[in-house]
Amino acid sequence: MQYGPAAFNTAKVILMLRFLLKRLGLAALVALTVSLISFSLLFLAGDPAVALAGEAATEEDIEAIRTQYGFDRPIPVQYVAWLTGAFTGDFGNSYYFNTPVIDLISDRLPTTMQLGLAGITFALLLAVPLGVIAAIRPNSLIDRFALFISVVGQAMPTFWFSLILIVIFAVNMGWVPVSGSGTWQHFILPTIVLGYFATPGIMRLTRAGMLEVLRADYIRTARAKGLNPAKVLFKHALRNAAIPVVGLAAVQLGFMLGGSIVIESIFALNGAGLLAFESINRNDFPVVQALILLFSLIYVLLTLLADLLNAWLDPRIRVA
Amino acid sequence: MEPLLSVKNLRVEIPVGTGMLKPVRGISFDLQKGETLCIVGESGCGKSLTSLALMGLLPKVARRSGDHLRFAGQDLLGLKERQMAKLRGQDMSMIFQEPMTSLNPAYTIGDQLTEGMIRHQRVSRAEARDRAAFLLEKVGITAAASRLTQYPHQLSGGLRQRVMIAMSLMCGPDLIIADEPTTALDVTIQAKILRMMKNLQAEFGMAMIFITHDLGVVARIADKIAVMYAGAFVETGTAQQIFDAPTHPYTKGLLSCIPVPGKTERGARLGAVPGVVPSLINGVEGCGFASRCPMRQAACGSEPDLTDRGAEHSCRCVHDTDTLRNMEWEAA
Repeated sequence: MQYGPAAFNTAKVILMLRFLLKRLGLAALVALTVSLISFSLLFLAGDPAVALAGEAATEEDIEAIRTQYGFDRPIPVQYVAWLTGAFTGDFGNSYYFNTPVIDLISDRLPTTMQLGLAGITFALLLAVPLGVIAAIRPNSLIDRFALFISVVGQAMPTFWFSLILIVIFAVNMGWVPVSGSGTWQHFILPTIVLGYFATPGIMRLTRAGMLEVLRADYIRTARAKGLNPAKVLFKHALRNAAIPVVGLAAVQLGFMLGGSIVIESIFALNGAGLLAFESINRNDFPVVQALILLFSLIYVLLTLLADLLNAWLDPRIRVA
Repeated sequence: MEPLLSVKNLRVEIPVGTGMLKPVRGISFDLQKGETLCIVGESGCGKSLTSLALMGLLPKVARRSGDHLRFAGQDLLGLKERQMAKLRGQDMSMIFQEPMTSLNPAYTIGDQLTEGMIRHQRVSRAEARDRAAFLLEKVGITAAASRLTQYPHQLSGGLRQRVMIAMSLMCGPDLIIADEPTTALDVTIQAKILRMMKNLQAEFGMAMIFITHDLGVVARIADKIAVMYAGAFVETGTAQQIFDAPTHPYTKGLLSCIPVPGKTERGARLGAVPGVVPSLINGVEGCGFASRCPMRQAACGSEPDLTDRGAEHSCRCVHDTDTLRNMEWEAA
């Protein structure tokens, strides 16, 4: 039997499409603004030609560099040229390596991506179940344990934690390689460090959300229907408690995909974070610009995804 | 005849910082199949906790005890949570006070209506949806089938309460406990919902426990009435007995608060029961109503029992029946 006339469903689809288009449009606007800012960064540090030429350069050298790199053109013209290039993946050449920026980045980004995705997965797998259990039994032993985990996670510097793990599991036990990025085993320790760093926030938010939702009237309704406790917990409570967690996890994933300079240097993972750090030191502006744009776009994309995920979780958001 | 529900000496206790809160202090009643019992009392008298205790839905900190709580032949006091969950929604169901927050915002009406039936009766989704659509029509919702795909936020409070009522009927329970189902609704809808519930009861034949503070509501639907005060029943009887021959001073006080068409003069002051419910921490000393009662005397220092005042009529007061019946309510 078919429920709901077709017209009703069509209206729903149109509503959904309108929501999607609105969010996409917003994301595009944010991306454009970000591109403007990341381009302007080049000029914030002073005259890029002077910086590139070095301390011993003469007036003529600087002038030559200015013409060679096109800094003599009006800034809006440079921006449009850069942006058009960016659209086709052409970010120019690295000043330092003299190879295309896009090659450098596509070389390094997969490492960071793998690490980031593994890190957030680890964090969610650890934080969400712990947060849920802590909320079901507040002030119990497991709740205290979860609190302990999150306090330690927040207080411990990542570089120190990394070194401890390396000493125990790589050097003494020999279970995993010390550093590098050749095999999946290389990613185990960095994933734990990166994921653990994101765990406290997600866990506390899950716990707080669940505590609040479990007090809600509709949970009592679900119990009054005689549903089994697992269904009450996972179907009726967790979905509502997950909404703020999605937003936080997206931000933290964005942060991870931006690359962790500390973790990438300690574990000698040649990732995008390390590349950004080195490029800033080398005044390698095209690489810095491209990476900033890229990281920002990842953020914008993740925020969009979080919005869509939340709209799926909570129908009230879909009309907003 | 064996009553559908027989409650004997039901108690609820909640440990609090300064002692033991005793919001339900030993209530007893029998309910026959198809009968409606109204439990009436002011806020804080323990009527909502009574209903939650019957359903086994009390908060974890609360403790339930009693002599027995027999429902359809089995004593619910001895049941484990899993066995209790099998009865809930299937044989006994509940309608709550707050329609705005009692439905889960994340799921469609159809999903929430059907999930209980799918669990209890192992029917297919389609069968459950047919039943849901049928019941939505029964509770007066138009275009019922298309409502199933809607979310709670797309419905008004009145509609949501109708959905809750339909939900309570899904498995064809023998008993429905309604905890102030019309309190949060505006008056025009209240009357409609009450009439509808009365009709549904006549059609499906379930017994009903109706919890309310509103005697106007009671007059419309009750077969039997229990007036609850400070965690205990102070007067029980048939609807006719309570309205025609109220005996306990508190019942009289409550009745003086509502206007009667043709009897209450225009512009006349309505009655009021002064004072507040006593603290229920560590129980109550003597008659709980004494401090608010115009007829109090020295004997009120010890709590009287619920005694017979005629067939099916009982009252918890030290005074004899004639004195009580002749008393005119005047606030102390």
